[in-house]
Amino acid sequence: MSASRKPQETRVQDICLPCEQLVELDVKDIPKLPPPYENWEDQPISPLSEEKRAAAEHSLDGIIGMRIPKPKNDQEKEELVKKFLSGLERLFSKEDNWTFFQPFLLSMENCVKCNTCAEACPIFESSGRAEIYRPLFRADLMRRIAQKQRSPLGGLLSGLTGNGIKVTWETVARLADLAYRCTLCRRCAQNCPMGVDNGMLTRELRKVFSQELGLAPEELHADGTVKHLTVGSSTGINKHALMDILEFAEEDIEDRTGLKIKLPIDKQGADILIMHNAGEFLSWPENLEAFAILFEIAGLSWTLSSDLVGYDSVNYGLFYDDVQYTRVTLRHAEIARKLGVKKVVMGECGHAHKAFMAVGDRMWIEEANIPRESALTLMEDLVCNEKVMVDPRRNDFPVTLHDPCNVVRSMGIVQPQRNILKKICPQFREMHPHGVHNYCCGGGSGFAIMQSNNFPDWRMRISGRKKFAQILEAFRDCIDPSINKYVCAPCSNCKGQIRDLLTYYDAWERTRIMYGGLVELVVNAMVDVKEGFHEWEFH
Amino acid sequence: MLVVQILSYVCVALFLTMVIAKVIKYATTPIHLRWELYPVAHEKGRSGYGGSIFEELDWWTKPREVDRLNEYKEMFLEIAFLKGVFKHNPRLWVFSFPFHFGLYLIIVWLGLAFILSILFAAGVAFSTGFGKFVQVIVAVLGYSGLILTTLGALGLLFRRIANADIRRYSAPIEYINLVFILVVTGVALAVHLAVDPWLHGPIAYLASLVTFSKAEAFPAALQVEFVLGSLLLAYIPLTRMAHFIAKYFLYHDVRWSDDPNPRGGKIEGKLKQAFGYPMQWQGPHIQTGKSWAEVGTSFEEVKEEKK
Repeated sequence: MSASRKPQETRVQDICLPCEQLVELDVKDIPKLPPPYENWEDQPISPLSEEKRAAAEHSLDGIIGMRIPKPKNDQEKEELVKKFLSGLERLFSKEDNWTFFQPFLLSMENCVKCNTCAEACPIFESSGRAEIYRPLFRADLMRRIAQKQRSPLGGLLSGLTGNGIKVTWETVARLADLAYRCTLCRRCAQNCPMGVDNGMLTRELRKVFSQELGLAPEELHADGTVKHLTVGSSTGINKHALMDILEFAEEDIEDRTGLKIKLPIDKQGADILIMHNAGEFLSWPENLEAFAILFEIAGLSWTLSSDLVGYDSVNYGLFYDDVQYTRVTLRHAEIARKLGVKKVVMGECGHAHKAFMAVGDRMWIEEANIPRESALTLMEDLVCNEKVMVDPRRNDFPVTLHDPCNVVRSMGIVQPQRNILKKICPQFREMHPHGVHNYCCGGGSGFAIMQSNNFPDWRMRISGRKKFAQILEAFRDCIDPSINKYVCAPCSNCKGQIRDLLTYYDAWERTRIMYGGLVELVVNAMVDVKEGFHEWEFH
Repeated sequence: MLVVQILSYVCVALFLTMVIAKVIKYATTPIHLRWELYPVAHEKGRSGYGGSIFEELDWWTKPREVDRLNEYKEMFLEIAFLKGVFKHNPRLWVFSFPFHFGLYLIIVWLGLAFILSILFAAGVAFSTGFGKFVQVIVAVLGYSGLILTTLGALGLLFRRIANADIRRYSAPIEYINLVFILVVTGVALAVHLAVDPWLHGPIAYLASLVTFSKAEAFPAALQVEFVLGSLLLAYIPLTRMAHFIAKYFLYHDVRWSDDPNPRGGKIEGKLKQAFGYPMQWQGPHIQTGKSWAEVGTSFEEVKEEKK
C-alpha cells in the first residue's frame, strides 16, 4: 500500500514511513509534449509482478533500477543499516575519499536551501514536480542523516535542525533507489549560486552503496566494470570477438564505399590511439567504420588496441564507484603507455571523455601521463582546415545537435562540434537551451544501459521527456514525416537513450526523426567517399 | 559596562577562531579529482559560452591563457550583486540582494567606525569639518545597512513561510537564524532612532574596545544593542550563515579548478601522496587496508570478490 500523500507533497521525514511504496507516480502529472504529440497519452509505468515485488526493494516509487534483494530478517536489515552508516562516515575520511573529499565536504555543509536547483532539474520538472526527485530532497536527507550521526549535539538538537530522520532499512533502501533517480547531469550545480553540487552528492551516495555495501546496478557493476576488467569490455566482447568485429567492419566499409581499409591494431608508436565505446561495435558499427575511413583518408597514423580493457573506452566507475573508476582508468593509461602512442583520442563517448581527460587528468601520472584529446577537436581540424574535402549538399536535411553533458558542462568542449556541423550541414539548427546549458538526454550516469524491470518505463516517460520535447521543438518547422531529420548525438550513451526515446514515442514512423553520431555525417559529406554512407534506416 | 565589553571580546575571539578554523579545514583538504563546471570564468575568450582549452587541437602544447580580470569581474558581480541568484532565481533575489547588500553596508559602516574609533582615540573630534562630513557618511551607511538588512530578512522570512516548496525543507533553525538577525537589526534601528540618531555610540564603544579602556556609561538600550550584536557575531560561524567562507572554495577549488596536471608537476606530487593513502572501504570487490595505488592496479583480483 502507498503513502497517502500526493507525489507533490512528500516530506523528507516521510522517507522512513513503513509503507510498501512511498510514492505512486501518475503519468497524468507529466508535462505535455509539443506538436505533433499534443494528444500523446503515456501508458502507466508497468506495475511489478508479485514475484518481483517480493524479491527486490521497490518501496520508493515502485520502480526497480538497482535490484536490491530484500533482507531476509531484521538482523540482516540492522546489519545493512549499520554498513550504510559506516559507509557514509567513510565519505568524511581524507584517506578513504581523497578523490572527492573537498567537494563533498563543501557541498554537504553549505547548502542554504534556496531551491534554485529545482528549476534546473529536468527529472523534477518532467515528473510533474514529484518531491522525491527534487535535487534538494535527496541531498537534504543525506545532510540530515549525516548531521544527526556526526554532530555531538545532532540527536539532542534534532528538533531544531530537522535532523530527526529515523535511519531504518526503509530509509536506506529508498535512499539507494533515490541515488539512481538522478542522471548526474549537474545542471542543478551549474545553477546553484553557492556552487553546491547536489548531483555530485548523489554520486557520493552511490559510492557508499557500492564501496561499502556492495550494492550497485548489475549493468554498471557485475555486467559493467567487473566484466570490463576481466573479459575486456562491458559488452562482453573478448579479444577473439573483437577481431571478428574488426574483420566485419573492414568488409562493411568495402561494401558501403568500395574502399579497402585495414584497421590497424596494436600498432606500436602510432601517433594516435583511438578508443571507442565498445557499444558502438555492436549497435552502431558505422561509427567505428566512419572513424577508420576519415583517419585513413586524412593520412593519420593511428591504431586501435586489442589489449584487455583497451578496446573499450567506457568507465562505468565514473557513475558509481571510485575504486572501479581508478582500476579502469589506470588500466587505460598503462595500455597507452605500453603502445608508445603520442596521444589518445576519445571516440564519441561523453563519459569516456570526462573519465580520460578531465577527471582522469588527476589519475594519469608519470610515464603513463599520455596526452588525451577529443575526437571532436581532431575532426574539427580535419574538416574546417580542409584536410579532408566535404560537400555539404550531401547532408542537406534538417540536423540538430544534442550536447552530451560530460563533454560540454563538465569539460567545456562546445564549439568544435558546432563548427563541423555548420560546415557540413546546411540545415543545422540548435536545440534550446544548448551548449553548457543543455538538458541531459535522460540516459546519463548509466541509465541508458539500465534496461531491466520497469526502469526503462521511467526513463522514457520522465528522465528523457525533456530531451524528447527539445528535439521536437528543434524540428518544429519541418516536423512533417515526409522530411527526414537527424539528431546528431556524439556520445554512445546519449545515442542509446535517444534511440530508445524515438522508439518509445514512435518518432521514426510519426515524424521521420533519425539519430546518429557526428563522424557519420562527416564521412557522408566527404567527396572522397562514395555518396550514401548514411542510410535512412532506423535501428 | 565592563561585562558587556568582556562579552564583546569573547564573541569577537569566538568568531575569528571559528572562521579561521573553517578556512583551515577547507584549505588543508587533500587534492581531489577534477570536477570543474563550465563556464569557467578565467577561460580566456571562452568563458562567455563555456568553452575550455580542451577545444584546442593538441591542447597540452598550447599556452594556457588565464583571464584573471574576467575572473575578478565575475567574483565582484557575484559577491556584490548576487549575479547567480539574479539569473537563476530572480524572485529570491528581490529579498536576498537587499539583505546581503545591507550586510555589506553594515560591515563597511563598522569598518569605518573601527577606523574612526582609532582616530578619535588619537584626538580627532566630530566637531571639525572633516568630522561632520564623516558623521553624515557614517549615518548614511549605518541606516542604509540596517534598513536594507531588516527589509531583506523580513522578505526572506516571509518567503520561507509563504512558499510551500521552501517551507517543506526549512527546519526551525532556519527561521530562528532570520529572526535573530531581524531582532539585532530591528533593535539597532529602534535604539539609534530613539537615543543615538548620529550613530556615535558604536564608534565610541569600538574605541573603548580597540584601546582596551573602560567604556563610558552608555544608555541601557545601546548596551542591549552591543550585546545582541556581539552574540550574533559569535553565532554566525556556527550556522550556514557562514556560507561566505565556503563559497570561495566552492568556486576556486572546485567549480573553476581546471589546473592541468603536467608530468613532474606539483599536482603530480600531491597525487602520488594520495595514491599512498590506505582505504578502509568494506565492499566485496575492495582489498580493505591496501593503498589506492595497490587496489587501483589489482584489477585481476577483482574476480575473487569477498564472500
